[in-house]
Amino acid sequence: MRAQAGMKLLTHNLLSSHVRGVGPRGFPLRIQATEIRVSPVDFNPDFVTRMIPKMEWAALVEAAESLGHLSELPRQLEEGYEKDEDFLRKVHHVLLEVEVVEGTLQCPESGRVFPISRGIPNMLLSDEEAAS
Amino acid sequence: MEKSIFELWGHGKSPEELYSSLKSYPMEKMAPFLHSDTTYKIKIQTFNKTLTQEEKVKRIDALEFLPFEGKVNLKDPQHVFSVLEDYGLDPNHIPEKPLNIYFGRWIADGQRELIESYSVKKRHFIGNTSMDAGLSFIMANHGKVKENDIVFDPFVGTGGLLIPSAHFGAYVCGTDIDYNTIHGLGKASRKNQKWRGPDENIKANLRQYGLEKYYLDVLVADASKPSWRKGLFFDAIITDPPYGIRESTRKTGSQKEIPKGIEKCPESHIPVSFNYHLSDMFIDLLNFAAETLVLGGRLVYWLPVYTPEYMEEIIPRHPCLKLISNCEQRLSSHTARRLITMEKVKDFEDQDQYSHLLDNQFLPYKGLNSFREKYFSGVTKRIAKEEKPSQE
Repeated sequence: MRAQAGMKLLTHNLLSSHVRGVGPRGFPLRIQATEIRVSPVDFNPDFVTRMIPKMEWAALVEAAESLGHLSELPRQLEEGYEKDEDFLRKVHHVLLEVEVVEGTLQCPESGRVFPISRGIPNMLLSDEEAAS
Repeated sequence: MEKSIFELWGHGKSPEELYSSLKSYPMEKMAPFLHSDTTYKIKIQTFNKTLTQEEKVKRIDALEFLPFEGKVNLKDPQHVFSVLEDYGLDPNHIPEKPLNIYFGRWIADGQRELIESYSVKKRHFIGNTSMDAGLSFIMANHGKVKENDIVFDPFVGTGGLLIPSAHFGAYVCGTDIDYNTIHGLGKASRKNQKWRGPDENIKANLRQYGLEKYYLDVLVADASKPSWRKGLFFDAIITDPPYGIRESTRKTGSQKEIPKGIEKCPESHIPVSFNYHLSDMFIDLLNFAAETLVLGGRLVYWLPVYTPEYMEEIIPRHPCLKLISNCEQRLSSHTARRLITMEKVKDFEDQDQYSHLLDNQFLPYKGLNSFREKYFSGVTKRIAKEEKPSQE
């Protein structure tokens, strides 16, 4: 049986809770993982370099740490990272190779829990729960 | 359908016309492909005539004025350019000079290689409305998808539209409101197959073509209630929203709608209603694109149209998005769908999401909501007509 894929930390860094009333305080979602998978992905320095400016760096570090995969990521982005291959490889690992297969994502403001099963987060909210 | 897709750089009815057409093609558009650290080759292709090698070389030499800075590589060039000479359709009367000459940059081979290898027939995971491979590649081209882009599909279904983008080196992700489809569960769409097998999911489709590394994630989500934090993440949004015919148009509903066998998401029991009006869906889609696309990024989607009532004003508009193209594909005698391509030209501001209310196009646009009835009304009328003689 093939191992299941999981949610990547790159995706987690873009997700926010949209429970009514939480606004920007719905980010970042707190990860509770019961099953994690580390799966190699071809290293592409150009892609990683492009993604770094789009990331909320502190949230990325926090998420990686909560999964026990901080992987020596610095807590602050340093200048000139584009040319630092070692650094880019670490970022690549954290963004694309660490996956949450089973677990939950929790809205930090409302406490609402979104399940992750078979690596797929379920972000559905009913009309009453969601922002208008 | 074309055998190959080229980006046209010039054309003329004579070599001189071709050269002057080429000289007026914008330099910015040529530059990336003529760069000194690229490799290229030029091919001469003729239709309804054969040229000797010497004649071909002469034609290539005549293009010396083009500012190619890269190196020629005949075996495995990064860029291939073609001179296409059209000598008409009559093999018995081949003109001495070509009727038309075109010069273009090769993008993909239409039917034979690309589309054949990506054919839906061979794909591991399909749904009821999986798009034909050729059309999905055209959509990726309209989206100007390139390496290292991020491409998103908010109605991803079985992920067919992600494949061409991944083929072009973009990283892909999607959402869908249907839990079973996203998880690769439930009834199969293939004849002779009852349930979906374990290798039927979106990632498996990409794995089938060696494109697994471009798979980011898919999520169960309602396109009308996006869960992204504020930011410009996507280079292209390429999607085929449901029209309400073979797939229902849905969004999450109210807990009060529970009676009458309302569908609920298997995992979280969120009710999924059938009340997503088509016109609202397109307003939401355009707002979403305006908010999350990078500047210059593209939205490519299909818009269902009831042909007798179609007019250009019905195409949804948005102050941040510029309409690039609108191409029709007929579905039946009175319905069609249009491939709409839009490009983000202005940053999104909060008031932009309400622009459709001020717009007087809102009313004709609402006609889309009865698309399902109109689609079926034609069918029932035709059936009634066909049955008439047997009743007399």
